[in-house]
Amino acid sequence: MSHHDVLHPETLPAEPEKATLEGRNKYLGFWFFLGGETVLFASLFGTYISLRNSTADGPSAHDMFGLDLVFIMTILLLTSSLTSVYAMYHMKNNAFKKMMLWLGITGLLGLGFLSLEIYEFTHYITEYGFTFRSSAFGSAFYTLVGFHGGHVTFGILWLASLMIRNAKRGLNLYNAPKFNTFSLYWHFIDVVWVFVFTVVYLMGKVG
Amino acid sequence: MSVTATQKRGLGSAIWDYLTTVDHKKIAHLYLAGGGLFFILGGIEALLIRIQLMKPENDFVSAGLYNEIITMHGTTMIFLAAMPLLLGLMNAAMPLQIGARDVAFPFLNSLGFWLFMLGGILLNCSWFMGGAPDAGWTAYAPLSTTSPGHGVDFYILGLQIAGAGTLMGGINFLVTIINMRAPGMTYMRMPLFTWTTFITSILILFAFPALTIGLFLLMFERLFGAAFFDVSLGGNAIIWQHLFWIFGHPEVYILILPCFGVFSDVFSTFSRKRLFGYTAMVFSTIVIAFLGFMVWAHHMFTVGLGPVANTIFSVATMAIAVPTGVKIFNWLATLWGGRITVNSAMLWSLAFIPSFTIGGMTGVMVATVAADYQYHDTYFVIAHFHYVIVGGTVFGIFAGLHYWWPKMFGRILNEALGKTAFWLFFIGFHLTFFIQHFLGLMGMPRRYWVFLEDQGLDTGNLISSIGAFFMAAGVIIFFINIIYTAAKGEKVSGDPYDGRTLEWSIASPPPHYNFKQLPLVRGLDPLWIEKMEGNGKMTPAEPLGDIHMPNNSFIPFMISFGLFIAGFGFIYHNDNMIGTIAMFGGMAIALLSMLTRSVKDDLGYHISKEELEKEAE
Ligand code: HEM
Ligand SMILES: [Cu+2]
Repeated sequence: MSHHDVLHPETLPAEPEKATLEGRNKYLGFWFFLGGETVLFASLFGTYISLRNSTADGPSAHDMFGLDLVFIMTILLLTSSLTSVYAMYHMKNNAFKKMMLWLGITGLLGLGFLSLEIYEFTHYITEYGFTFRSSAFGSAFYTLVGFHGGHVTFGILWLASLMIRNAKRGLNLYNAPKFNTFSLYWHFIDVVWVFVFTVVYLMGKVG
Repeated sequence: MSVTATQKRGLGSAIWDYLTTVDHKKIAHLYLAGGGLFFILGGIEALLIRIQLMKPENDFVSAGLYNEIITMHGTTMIFLAAMPLLLGLMNAAMPLQIGARDVAFPFLNSLGFWLFMLGGILLNCSWFMGGAPDAGWTAYAPLSTTSPGHGVDFYILGLQIAGAGTLMGGINFLVTIINMRAPGMTYMRMPLFTWTTFITSILILFAFPALTIGLFLLMFERLFGAAFFDVSLGGNAIIWQHLFWIFGHPEVYILILPCFGVFSDVFSTFSRKRLFGYTAMVFSTIVIAFLGFMVWAHHMFTVGLGPVANTIFSVATMAIAVPTGVKIFNWLATLWGGRITVNSAMLWSLAFIPSFTIGGMTGVMVATVAADYQYHDTYFVIAHFHYVIVGGTVFGIFAGLHYWWPKMFGRILNEALGKTAFWLFFIGFHLTFFIQHFLGLMGMPRRYWVFLEDQGLDTGNLISSIGAFFMAAGVIIFFINIIYTAAKGEKVSGDPYDGRTLEWSIASPPPHYNFKQLPLVRGLDPLWIEKMEGNGKMTPAEPLGDIHMPNNSFIPFMISFGLFIAGFGFIYHNDNMIGTIAMFGGMAIALLSMLTRSVKDDLGYHISKEELEKEAE
């Protein structure tokens, strides 16, 4: 396929993200990458579970966590997964503007999530003196949840750079795989959050 | 390294070429050169260990320096020598074996190499910056969390950077093998080396992240005051051991499986027979990889996990001996009745069988929990894993180097030198390590810098040290062979061994696009099939047409360099301002380079049909 066909396709195929070999490679490679990420998070979860009661007489999960805030965060992130699905739907229909709109909403929801998380962390630090260094539980909590938050941050920056870079040129076979891998990534951090919510917050409050 | 290519151009442009290359064949050269360099370093460290232990109560090195040397020996050999040398062989041979023009992610391939190289250099900078890590290659907490100075910090950052590179390599090979096989190259027609590369990559993908997290925790603990392993704050030091071995045991299979592939290809080529039990070979590889994830706690029998856990892990460990045995018998059956040529590649492979089998047997011994309470942390374990790692991995690397050298460089390694190197190394290896079984059984602990006189350990240690010098001599002769071959070596055709697989169907060294026309594969050992049917060469699967190639890039080096600087920054940010600046500056270089990669289109280029036709004339 010539460069012109890749950058300026006359019609976009039904699955533009997998129309070139590079696109197919990226798609598959990213799935494998997520496989590795799963082990990454599994290791962190394992660490957290074995240290979650090691509070060294400091504040415990039960003392601090409030489910209402975390509930709102969950809603924001889950919704952002849905909006990224809309974006990909429009990508496959070659509706660039609509795709950008939904991606923008996705990013904003992500930002909302992130702000609440930052608020949450500052709250624990100022109200309870609960820090990364307070106890093994503190280290494990901030590492696990922070690692996820770091992923969200990276995702937002990634999305912003993708949107700015491609704002003027529309969809083609070169950038469609990029948008698609972003959305895979975004779903993944969403799924991880479901586990964070369950293992850290629900089990912290109830278990 | 590619002799013919560099002679024509200036040195500067050759260096630039290698700094920016995304060609898997050149990246293979880089991996082999880098891995070779670290192999020499690790080898020197090994000699220092053996000199210190040559006689009782020796004071050749101090106790502290001894700890640094053993730590760096293990870490260097595993992460910076064995792994990259294997990745080098994979890069050199695997894409050719499946009839591909490059790997799936040429850019990532280059990035993976530079991360490994700069991570390795970072780790070794510790020697000049206040002392190397000294908590053993296993870096157990709390020894590692309380070790003074910055040595262990270099271990953490160096391995973190190098490990990220390896992970990329794994993903790259997986996608290459799944998406880029030539027409007709079904999974069950892939050469065994390609199969083992595939399975090894899966192990890398699922094992390395556990190490990544372990290293993060250690880093947070040492540099940012976290308390994962600090018992006074509720921490638990055993978590490190679990994470390390969840990575560590699969790692030993990452080191051995590719070599199983090398031996399979070598045995079948030089016995002039199809590999015996091909299907069983493939499935036993898969079973080994699967079980390899279930056995990590056999390194922790003495920790106190309890009899139930110990028993389960013990039984699972012993089970691995079964698929491994299947392999040994299949190799023997491949040799059986074959028209055998014994050259250097074959010598290394033949020697592997008994050596590795001994290592497997001691493996089952140390897997027996009650007995392991005696063996653990003695020279018996040292003997065990050197029999498998040297007798398996190092022999496999030498076999693979001899086997593919002509393909990579167009010249064949000298046989007389090759055989001399082999015999010296082989004799030295058994001299060094066989006796260590008995030293261990007599109670000599590992990682002690001296032993006392007249406890029955004197002669054994002396013999062991003498053996080490034999091995060193073998390695030196191997390097002389490389230089000799580069200067005067015999030039060979594309198919010097009357080979069976696709890499032998193209020129040596191959053109940068590998296959002018993708070959049509009609079965296992595709080239051999064509030879048997009188065609002599592969049938093209496509008409001659434009070939799409990736562009060179300097960005992989820049990303790695940024992380390298940031590595120093993380290590020193608590000490001074420069550290903090390096930390942020390095990360900025890395992230901006990544951003550049993301926003700048890189579509590669085409070699036109006309150019290809002109080349043929
Ligand atoms: C039949 C196969 C094998 C079995 C049953 C086996 C079993 C074991 C056991 C139980 C230990 C722990 C001993 C102790 O610390 O007390 C051990 C250590 C070790 N094994 Fe194996 N092993 C096998 C194959 C291999 C292979 C193929 C490799 C590498 C290529 C390998 C590399 C190692 C290493 C590096 C250690 C020591 C790590 C350390 O403590 O520093 N093993 N093995
Ligand atoms: Cu093991």
